[in-house]
Amino acid sequence: MSRLRQSLPPDRVLTSRAATTSFESDGLTAYREKPGVIVLVESTSEVVDVVKLCHEFGVPFVARGSGTSLSGGSLPIANGVVISLNRLNKIIDYSAEQRTITVEPGFINLEVSKHVAGDRLYYSPDPSSGPVCTIGGNVAFNSGGAHCLKYGMTANHVLGIKAVLPDGEVVEFGGESLEHVGPDLCGMFVGSEGLFGVALEITLRVLPQPERFHTVLAAYDTLAGAGDAVAMIVASGLLPGAMEIMDRLAIEASEAAVHAGYPTTAAAALLVELEGPSEELDAEIPLLEQVIRDSGAYEVRVAANKEERSRIWVGRKCAFSAIGRLSPDYLVQDGVVPRTELGNALSAIEALSEQYGLRVANVFHAGDGNLHPLILFDGRIPGEFEQAEHLAGEILMMCLRLGGSITGEHGVGVEKIAYLPEMYTENEMNLMRLIRQAVDPAEIANRGKMLQASALGKGG
Amino acid sequence: MVSLQFRSPHWRARVQHNIPAEELGPLGPLMADAVSKCVHCGFCLQACPTYQVMGEEMDSPRGRIYLLKEVLEGSLPLDEATPYIDRCLGCLSCEPACPSGVPYRNLITPFRILAEPIRARTRFDRFLRWVILQTLPYPNRFRLSAILGGLGKRFASAMPRRMKEMTALLPTKLPAARPLPELTPAVGTRRARVALLAGCAQQVLAPDINHAAIRVLSNSGVEVVVPKNQVCCGAIAAHTGAGELACKLARQNLVAFPQDVDCIITTAAGCGSGMHEYPVWLKNDSKEGEAKKLAVLVKDVSAFLLELGPLNLVPLERPTRIAYHDACHLANGQGITSQPRALLQQIGNLEVVEVKGGQNCCGSAGTYNIEQPEAAHLLGQQKAEAILATGAVAVASGNIGCIVQLQHHLETLGSGVRVRHTVEWLADSIRA
Ligand SMILES: Cc1cc2nc3c(=O)[nH]c(=O)nc-3n(C[C@H](O)[C@H](O)[C@H](O)COP(=O)(O)OP(=O)(O)OC[C@H]3O[C@@H](n4cnc5c(N)ncnc54)[C@H](O)[C@@H]3O)c2cc1C
Ligand code: SF4
Ligand code: SF4
Repeated sequence: MSRLRQSLPPDRVLTSRAATTSFESDGLTAYREKPGVIVLVESTSEVVDVVKLCHEFGVPFVARGSGTSLSGGSLPIANGVVISLNRLNKIIDYSAEQRTITVEPGFINLEVSKHVAGDRLYYSPDPSSGPVCTIGGNVAFNSGGAHCLKYGMTANHVLGIKAVLPDGEVVEFGGESLEHVGPDLCGMFVGSEGLFGVALEITLRVLPQPERFHTVLAAYDTLAGAGDAVAMIVASGLLPGAMEIMDRLAIEASEAAVHAGYPTTAAAALLVELEGPSEELDAEIPLLEQVIRDSGAYEVRVAANKEERSRIWVGRKCAFSAIGRLSPDYLVQDGVVPRTELGNALSAIEALSEQYGLRVANVFHAGDGNLHPLILFDGRIPGEFEQAEHLAGEILMMCLRLGGSITGEHGVGVEKIAYLPEMYTENEMNLMRLIRQAVDPAEIANRGKMLQASALGKGG
Repeated sequence: MVSLQFRSPHWRARVQHNIPAEELGPLGPLMADAVSKCVHCGFCLQACPTYQVMGEEMDSPRGRIYLLKEVLEGSLPLDEATPYIDRCLGCLSCEPACPSGVPYRNLITPFRILAEPIRARTRFDRFLRWVILQTLPYPNRFRLSAILGGLGKRFASAMPRRMKEMTALLPTKLPAARPLPELTPAVGTRRARVALLAGCAQQVLAPDINHAAIRVLSNSGVEVVVPKNQVCCGAIAAHTGAGELACKLARQNLVAFPQDVDCIITTAAGCGSGMHEYPVWLKNDSKEGEAKKLAVLVKDVSAFLLELGPLNLVPLERPTRIAYHDACHLANGQGITSQPRALLQQIGNLEVVEVKGGQNCCGSAGTYNIEQPEAAHLLGQQKAEAILATGAVAVASGNIGCIVQLQHHLETLGSGVRVRHTVEWLADSIRA
């Protein structure tokens, strides 16, 4: 502690109860834990200093961006250090010709697109939390978004990373291009949930803005019907930029928040967006219309202009938070099923919801088969939280049974630690632990996330 | 250390809502409801000016809601939270940014009212508050102290920083007092009858604004009464936690204002937003019903004029570019953004441009520039710079606090750009 105070000004080393209280939770309020100290870093060298100190004294640390993790990723470790990166939000380098931008980890996702918009470029991964979450958090969780269907998640857009490893060593992975020799260490860092240290500088690839968008909202009278439509669209050979589904509860909440014009009487709405050069779209639009008609949609709306398109998207992206209007508490789940199983999975969720007597809202990246059931409960009623957790667990197991995964983009964090061994074999789990041990033997980086803290880590 | 302790704190692994709403009096359920709507998603972070400046969780809306929740539940001593609560501008930018619909205003104002009597303040703090609350709501006293303050500027170097900020905003010379006529008949056929809230500080610092409003209204066929016994709306009192004073003023206005008018017009965003809150302040009071009836009548002058239909306006002599500044308590507090712009655009030869970062508060925020001078200064300066970058020759806005703050910071930057109320622009052009 005193060493921390020596290296940083006192107003950036926070230990007051107000500070530790307000940092005790992230986007997943099912967990809370008070850290020992929060440091507000203002330069990458300060991050390195703090990590070195943690290493020297064996104190665990958690890097924190905007704290929007939905799996408890930025949950502090009891008496550990929280490295708050929000003030590290500068652009280090930008080249419109190279279509690359290098930013500090606290840089906000949506600000990347805003910054490069003047050159008709944009940053493709668009998590719904884009206006607030940081690139550092995106890297740690390999975050995705509605528009990752065509161009891939964060990992596909990170070209290089400068990071400080848990022992204080500063390393650089990758470079300015997508092709490099040797093992893809950059790829390993992306999605590592902060277990390999803290990203200090991140080089991203930005893409030319699509020439044109065609945004369609189709209404269905069953949720499974909308799910089946997704499989039909894919089977037709179309590759939309985004395909999203919202069910009645999600629509109700989102409409209350933004009035985007979603069909409020529908059991589900399918949002499909085609993007690309004008001539390409001229050919694709009639095909899409045909498929949607065949899929049994009873109403179809097309965004007439930029404003309508943007409202539809705001409506979609606000949906998680808007559920707060319908219920005092909810759990967001994040599971993946093969696209062809979407209809089945949704019916199964409906059945589970009825069985447990808890409402479940669905809003998700249908194109990727990435489900986000939101389980509504009232934490003030004894036992309801446990019921909700149980239900969430059953949904995850169902995803695995259908050949899917327990997380699409929100990560394992603390929430899903117990489920990881269900997905991987003992050998695979051991390999992961070995890699972790090699990089961070004392397990000081984000201890207890993704992988259960080992006996060694707990003692350290 | 003082604490709002209602229940013994108990450790919980999970964030739960346990505010003893009933024990907190009439405002308890309002606050508990606001807190329970927050899902901790962080969507409000980037909208909050203090988070933008400080970059730390405690100075964000999400952080403040969390701290208030902990205080109300008795798990955190009040004085731990007050520095961060005090830094809240009350600008309400967090409300439109929140998908979950957290009514932050129902949390912050009641909390300040509840906390004020039991919180710790330094003696100097108490003195400043006393000065503000003894003068601002009362035009005559405020006039006197403003004159003294204006004189006091010469001795500024000897004053503590916060006193300096307070007097710096005051004009060296006050405009002459201009009492308002009790009744102004409609010119031509009468289309509506309204009552006008005169406001307190505005009447002293910029009496022309209400005269401009009366001129535009009456020449558009609206009869305007200025109720004689009206007092300050009470917003400043409520937002600084002086709940009793706020309620007293509200009750006086309930008596003073006639209810047989089409509208009660406010020309200061802060006052309009304040009068809309009467039912909250007077929750469970015998006057709650009356407060509700009055609140629905309250309307900002710009919203009223736009609904009235096209105004009869003479174009400006030459093309003029002005910037429009959104007052927080108009945009966030009352959802009024398009109306003033649409009105200004009715004036021929007037080009209205947007200010970059327009959603950011200018730092005026009621008495904020007195209580939190550093942050207020920074926000004011940033706003003035953004205005200058637009190349506008003047500014329009709908709130006296913003007008004074912007004028001061523009002058500090050596600029001659003038800031006027939207209705003053209209008054210049209205065909009489
Ligand atoms: C309403 C809502 C909607 C969301 N929608 C989506 C969505 O559509 N798609 C999606 O993928 N996610 C979504 N999320 C989840 C979340 O926003 C993402 O996981 C995001 O990437 C987290 O960013 P953050 O800045 O908030 O990181 P934090 O929550 O602060 O941290 C997340 C993790 O990253 C680690 N970390 C942070 N910075 C660094 C760094 N510099 N180096 C190493 N590790 C670091 C932390 O230790 C932690 O483990 C949503 C969340 C909310 C609340
Ligand atoms: S946006 Fe609303 S729900 Fe989300 S953290 Fe802020 S206040 Fe809470
Ligand atoms: S009222 Fe303004 S300053 Fe206060 S929390 Fe909301 S956005 Fe921030």
